[in-house]
Formats: sequence, structure tokens, C-alpha cells
Amino acid sequence: MKEIWKKYSEHKKLERQLNWRKAKKMKICYLFILPFAVFFFVSYILPMITSIFYSFTNFNMLEKPKFVGLQNYTTLLLQDDVNQIAVKNTFIIALITGPIGYILAFVIAWLINELPKWARSVMVVVFYAPSIAGTVYTIFGTLFRGDMYGWMNAFLINNGFTSSPILFLTDPKYIMKVIIPVILWTGLGTGFLSFVAGLKGIDQSQYEAGYIDGIQNRWQELWYITLPNMKPMLMFGAVMQITTAFNVCDIPRYLAGFPSTDYAARTVVLHMLDHAYNRFELGYASAIATLLFIVMIVCNKVIQSLLEKVGQ
Amino acid sequence: MSKNKYEKIHHYKIHRRHPNRSLGGDIAINIFLFLLGFVFLIPIIYAITNSLKPLSELFRFPPTLFVVKNPTFNNFSDLFVTMGQSWVPFSRYLFNTVFLTVVGTVGHIFIASMAAYVLAKYDFPGGKFFFSLIVTTLMFSGYITGIPNYIIQCRLHMIDTYWALLIPAFAAPIGLYLMKQFMVNIPDSLIEAAKIDGANEWTIFINLIMPNVKPAWLTMMIFSVQSLWNNSASTVIYTESKKTLVYALSQITVNNIARTGQAAAVTVITMIVPLALYILSQSQIMETMATSGLKD
Repeated sequence: MKEIWKKYSEHKKLERQLNWRKAKKMKICYLFILPFAVFFFVSYILPMITSIFYSFTNFNMLEKPKFVGLQNYTTLLLQDDVNQIAVKNTFIIALITGPIGYILAFVIAWLINELPKWARSVMVVVFYAPSIAGTVYTIFGTLFRGDMYGWMNAFLINNGFTSSPILFLTDPKYIMKVIIPVILWTGLGTGFLSFVAGLKGIDQSQYEAGYIDGIQNRWQELWYITLPNMKPMLMFGAVMQITTAFNVCDIPRYLAGFPSTDYAARTVVLHMLDHAYNRFELGYASAIATLLFIVMIVCNKVIQSLLEKVGQ
Repeated sequence: MSKNKYEKIHHYKIHRRHPNRSLGGDIAINIFLFLLGFVFLIPIIYAITNSLKPLSELFRFPPTLFVVKNPTFNNFSDLFVTMGQSWVPFSRYLFNTVFLTVVGTVGHIFIASMAAYVLAKYDFPGGKFFFSLIVTTLMFSGYITGIPNYIIQCRLHMIDTYWALLIPAFAAPIGLYLMKQFMVNIPDSLIEAAKIDGANEWTIFINLIMPNVKPAWLTMMIFSVQSLWNNSASTVIYTESKKTLVYALSQITVNNIARTGQAAAVTVITMIVPLALYILSQSQIMETMATSGLKD
């Protein structure tokens, strides 16, 4: 055992020396990467580390952070009722809009792919436009306004479905039912572009070969040829989709207000912002951010292993 | 006879563009796509028509989606009047936005391309690890890093300066990711040849690599412009004269039914720039996204 360990450490040492020599020879590479690495470290890596650090403390920006161990996490998970609503809402939103948005983006990209070139370009703009036009969701505020000026209410009243306006955005019963479709409506996301481009890039001769090998319809073609070819794009799309599905914040904040009635539209991100910017409990907010990030990474790993099975 | 017929069908099928398609399916799909596309466009069309409607038409029910009876630019001119009354002149907001967008985007393209070039073309210790960090940070949203970012920027005395917005924009991971995946496809022989001719790394990067990855930097541009242009910059910038146009505009119209027309005008102004840029560079963006796949 000792000998193996010795051999192993010797091997590691040699490897380190080799790497060091290689690194010395390729100094120029590090020079090229340096500016980006510095900015990247300051604005992405360091914040993550700071966030983990502050999540174990009690910190309000003014006084020095006080170490409290796991207290933030236990309060968050066991005592904070509002957090439980936020977690529930976020999971509902993520579980519904994540998969549906992802599949919708792929299906649309797949159907678009068979159109002639000019039509394809037009359709890509049509479907991607809501994602670019950042604040276009504001019009849904008019659509679901709680008084007679809201179209939905005007429509329902004029046609005799109801006699008094429904408070779509203030009644906890309706808030989530309004928000989820709006989220789906306003963003296919970056994954969609990746799908469209990836589908275009699949070698046509593979389809011809597939036809000779006895593929009968578009479904078999999709499963045996298209999807396996698209795996890298599907992975990329999944990463982007998870990010948007778990970080829903602007749409509920705009539509339902902040805070919303009975916290009915509160998501994890909104809960974090509330604790950070309204109550200045930055340690607590950091704990929320850290947990959210861990959940996202786990989710990403699960989805990537599922995608491995595609086309087998 | 039957064999002959089979061959005929076979011949017909194989010479169609898509041998495995039924005509009915194609028609159904096109109708479905058309309807779905229409649904996706409704908010945008509505925002545009709303911004052209006079007050009398804005609150009419049923609302008209496409038809504006008396189109008017009053909403836009009213917006300028309102802006004109503000303490900070309109031109200052405009300057802030344009300055941030241009500097942030140009810096981002340049800095991220330099890093992407060595990550794509050289195998150096730590490079793979660095790239896997980038892929992980693709999942960071501005919200997760927002709070610690604020604390760090405080320590670096960047709060209330343009740097607070520019530095995260310089290091946006999505740009580096897309650029690196695109650069992998540049043939190594091209770089070798340039080296034999005596070019150093820097000249190779500037004169050979950058002109060859134009589609990728147009794509980085669209993502960068989109995030900088829509930046509302409320938490790290306090001085009113350093705030951006989109922020100022959105403050005019917060939850205010009397300015519905102006709100629609604001929506149109904010979305028109990224949208126009996107439409102009779509084919290049598609070329970049074709290499965007995440391989293990």
C-alpha cells in the first residue's frame, strides 16, 4: 500500500513539473486570457465565494458580519413560512415552464426547419422577437387588469360570464394561473436559436441513408437521426432553460406587485431580493442564493444524464 | 406489374425533398406554425399599434390589434415633453445608454475573443478547468450574483461609476462560450502557416482570427447590446445623471393609467434597437449558434 502511495505521489509530482514547464512555455496564453480572467473573477467567481461565506453570517452591510454557523439555513428551511411559499411557487413555475418551454422551443425549431429558407428566417424572427424585446410583458398588465379597463374582464362581463370584474392579479387564486402562461409566452430563449442552427447543420445524407435503412415516418427520423445529432445543442439549451426557469422574477414582480397578495406570486429570487434590499439581511439572502444555485447545478446534472439516453 | 408499380412509387418518394412526409401532415404543420407565430407576435404588434393610438382609441373595447383609425405620433412627442421637464436632460440619459452599450460591447468582444482564442486553439494547463468554470457560470443570473457583486464593488469603490456596469458586461460568460465554440472550427493549419511566415500570436489574433470570426462577434454584440441596453441600473448607480435611458423611461410610466399611451411608446423605443440589430445580423447569428453545442 505504502509503495503504491509513494509511486502515486511521485507520478503526481512529475505531472506537476511537466505542467509547470508547459505553462512556462505557453506564457503567451495566460497573457491572452488575463484581462478576461480578472474581470470574470471579480464579477462572477468572487461573488459566488463571498455569497457562500456570508451565508454563514449575520450581515446587514453596516456592522461587521457575525458568524452564526448554519442558522441561516435552518431558519430558511424550517421556520420561514414565506420561503416555503416561494420554493413551492418556484418549483411549480420551473417544473411547468422549464420542460414545456424547452420542448416547445425544440418542436418549433424542428417544424421551422422544413420551411423554405426565406420563410424560415421570418419565422425565427417571429418566435424569437418576444425574447429580444425585453419589457414586452408589460402589456399583459393591461390584458389582466383587475378593473373594467382590463380586456379579459371586459370580455367576460360583456359576454355575461361574470357580473363583477375578477381581480386576476390581486386574488391569490388566479395569480399563478396568469403568470405561468405569460412566462411561456414571452420567451423561448437562447436555446431556441441554438436548436434552429443545429437542425440546419445536420448532414442531409444521413437522412437519405436513414430512408434506405427503412425509416418510415418523421417520428422515427426524429428519434433515430435528428435527436442524436442535436445532443450538444440540447445540452446547451437545457443549461439556458434551467437558468431562466429558476430565476423567474421580473414578470411576477411587474404583474402581481412586490410584495404580492399573501405572497402568492413570490418566487425564490423575489424572496432573496426582499431580504437583501428591503430588510438588509444580506447573510440570509446569501443563504437563499447559495441554495438556489446548488439546486440549479443538481438539476443540470440530472437533465444532462437524461439527455445522454436520447436516441438509444 | 405490381413490382413495377412499387418501383414507381419508390422512385416518386425518393425524389421528393422529404421522402418521409405526408402532404396532410405538412399542411397541418404549416397551419399550426402560422397560428402559433401569430400568438407569439400579438404582444409586440399590440405594443406597436398602441403607441400610435390617440387616447380615444386606447381604451376602446373590444381593443383593435391591427387597425389604428387615426394614427398619431402624439404619444412619442408627449414622451419627449415629459422627459423635457425632468431635472436631468434627455440627452444625458441617451448619452449614458449609448456610451455604456458601445464601450461595454466593444470591450466585451475584444477581451472575450482574446481569451476564447487561446482556449480554443491551445492546450495549456488550467485551460480546460477555466472553460468548465465558464460553462457553470452560464447558469448564474444577475440576481444570484447581484448582492455579493454589490458588496465587492463597494470595496473596490466602483459603486456609482460606469465601471460597476461595464466590468460584469466585459466578462459575460455567454459571449466567451459562443466565441470559443466557434473558434474551435478554424483550421489549425491556417495558424501554423501564419507562424511559419513569422507572425507572432498577437498579429495572428488581430489579422487572421478576428476577421474570420465575424459571425461570432456579431452574435456577441447582439447579446451584449441586449443586456446593456435593457439595463435598468437601479441598484449600483445612484446619481440621477448617470442613469440610463431605459431606466428613466420606465420610471415615467410605472403603474400609471393616465400615461398608457406614453408607456406603449416607451415599450416600442426600448425594444426597437435590439430587435433591429437582431434582424440585421440574423444569418450571422445562426452561423454562430450552429457551433453552440455543449460537448463533454
